[in-house]
Amino acid sequence: MESIGVLMACPMNSYLEHELEKRFNLFRFWTVPEKSAFLATNKNSIRAVVGNSSAGADAELIEALPKLEIVASFSVGLDKIDLAKCKEKGIRVTNTPDVLTDDVADLAIGLMLAVLRKLCESDRYVRSGKWKKGDYKLTTKFTGKRVGIIGLGRIGMAVAKRAEAFSCPISYYSRTEKPEIKYKYYPSVVELAANCDILVVACLLTEETLHIVNREVIDALGPKGVVINVGRGPHVDEPELVSALVERRLGGAGLDVFEHEPEVPEELFGLDNVVLLPHVGSATVETRQAMADLVIGNLEAHFLNKPLLTPVV
Amino acid sequence: MGYHQKPQNLSKNLQQDLLLPSVLVLRSPSVPSFFFSKSHLQAHFHLLDPLDSPEPTHSFLSRHAASVLALLCVASTRVSSETLSLLPSLKLVVATSAGLDHIDLGECRRRGIAVTSAGQVFTEDVADFAVGLLVDVLRRVSASEGYVRARLWAEKGPSPLGAKLGGNRVGIVGLGRIGSEVAKRLIAFGCSIAYCSRKEKPSVPYPYYPTVSELATNSDALILCCSLTKETHHIINKGVMEALGKEGVIINIGRGALIDEKELVKFLEQGQIRGAGLDVYENEPHMSQELFAMENVVLAPHAAVYTLESFAALQELVVGNLKAFFSNKPLLTPAQLE
Repeated sequence: MESIGVLMACPMNSYLEHELEKRFNLFRFWTVPEKSAFLATNKNSIRAVVGNSSAGADAELIEALPKLEIVASFSVGLDKIDLAKCKEKGIRVTNTPDVLTDDVADLAIGLMLAVLRKLCESDRYVRSGKWKKGDYKLTTKFTGKRVGIIGLGRIGMAVAKRAEAFSCPISYYSRTEKPEIKYKYYPSVVELAANCDILVVACLLTEETLHIVNREVIDALGPKGVVINVGRGPHVDEPELVSALVERRLGGAGLDVFEHEPEVPEELFGLDNVVLLPHVGSATVETRQAMADLVIGNLEAHFLNKPLLTPVV
Repeated sequence: MGYHQKPQNLSKNLQQDLLLPSVLVLRSPSVPSFFFSKSHLQAHFHLLDPLDSPEPTHSFLSRHAASVLALLCVASTRVSSETLSLLPSLKLVVATSAGLDHIDLGECRRRGIAVTSAGQVFTEDVADFAVGLLVDVLRRVSASEGYVRARLWAEKGPSPLGAKLGGNRVGIVGLGRIGSEVAKRLIAFGCSIAYCSRKEKPSVPYPYYPTVSELATNSDALILCCSLTKETHHIINKGVMEALGKEGVIINIGRGALIDEKELVKFLEQGQIRGAGLDVYENEPHMSQELFAMENVVLAPHAAVYTLESFAALQELVVGNLKAFFSNKPLLTPAQLE
């Protein structure tokens, strides 16, 4: 398989790079100074693209690679892949579901606790050397808060299971109601927001879910409400979120993702009720290795004409 | 004007003497103000507060408090046998914390003085905090946030990877109410639970280890949920940390002196344990400065109980215990005095 060209869209994991290099002819797209020239030269040898949450395979790239057979994403999200184009051209697509579910759900709860109990802020405070005994402020209790989940897929269910252990009543919004689920269903995100204290984004990013957390939803959530985003930055109307936080119309936010990563709106740095993370939802040694193994496994299966492990298309 | 009419023409102080039971308030000026809600209490009781007087406390007590039946001990203000000796009529000490190591319980028992604690008002908050600290340490939440705030994400790319929570063997040191609530939460994250305690609890579904060392040997993370006593002082020492090992994490939401802090710092400096989440320290608010530079440590300012909700509940409980006492009803949260 050493002659099979695999194009890696951006740096994502050195173990994955290493393992891909052992098996394939790996091209690191980000090291190429002149991308169109590179594609013109190598288009006939590139049969696979490996992408992630930052970069994948858009229509332009797909068109430039006539021998492309498979796009394997080092993520569960597929928003950087033109799925319609892949379907049209018979290009297979795989992602990394399940292996990262627990990590993302763990982080969602970690963000809730960090925002409500001001863990990061108080850590900074202690490190400043300014702590005088008994002078820290009162924060907000987490146990018992109403948690509203947008998207009750694998990650949403895992968040619910954890929040339940904190006696949090769970409600959700989903494209369709799930009658077998005991949690309360709301047919719109606005209604969900009006009836919860902490709103968690846990759905896939599609055209329908773009800016699913908008001004109306933020208003419904209110000055004591908290937004937790472990989905994709574009799920939230970021300028609306920022002004709501700055103007104290929203109580707080825990954000692992942003509309234009790695850029973070400057205004957020001045607030004490936000926690800002660099897209680390699945960022553990164990999970990234499992994700990498899944990418390798899918590519090997494809080129050996075996069933794909985690196909999407 | 009869004795049973409302004496409206009298001074406010005298009205209070006639209508409201007296409660002596003992609070060290350094304790957090949240523990003492003056206005809330004054609605129900006549407060004797030495801090409102220019007199030294000792002399205030000798002069004013001879007939006082109830004492409100605010936060960790010490109530020693010496203090108690100045209060010959005392029958009740109301504490505002769950831990009572600042009160001479032995002397209270000898004198037949009842003591009430904060009961369970803080339990859930402390358990939440312990879980928050563990997730923070393993997933590098505070460290990654610092990375973003230092503008390193744009400059250097992804931050260092953290460690998965699921599959971790969590050892709870002291499986009381707080320890049980911590266990219940961590199970939902896919952790397994074991514990050590003074006595094994047969009704509990988790494996028991008779010593902290054995627990540490079989754990990936230790969460300290026990009270501070002579026996538990420095219960986390060099031997226990060696048994826990290089991948081990320690979370302390109990009392600072449960850990030999100097040893902990050495172990952290030498990479002999993975990390720590600390809400309490041996000499608050001071701590080893070496901790400030460590990314694998999360530091909190003894804030595990500090929520608006629990302090509102605390005020209700304090008033409730005092009212029960003065109307000869059962106390709401009496402490067992050993």
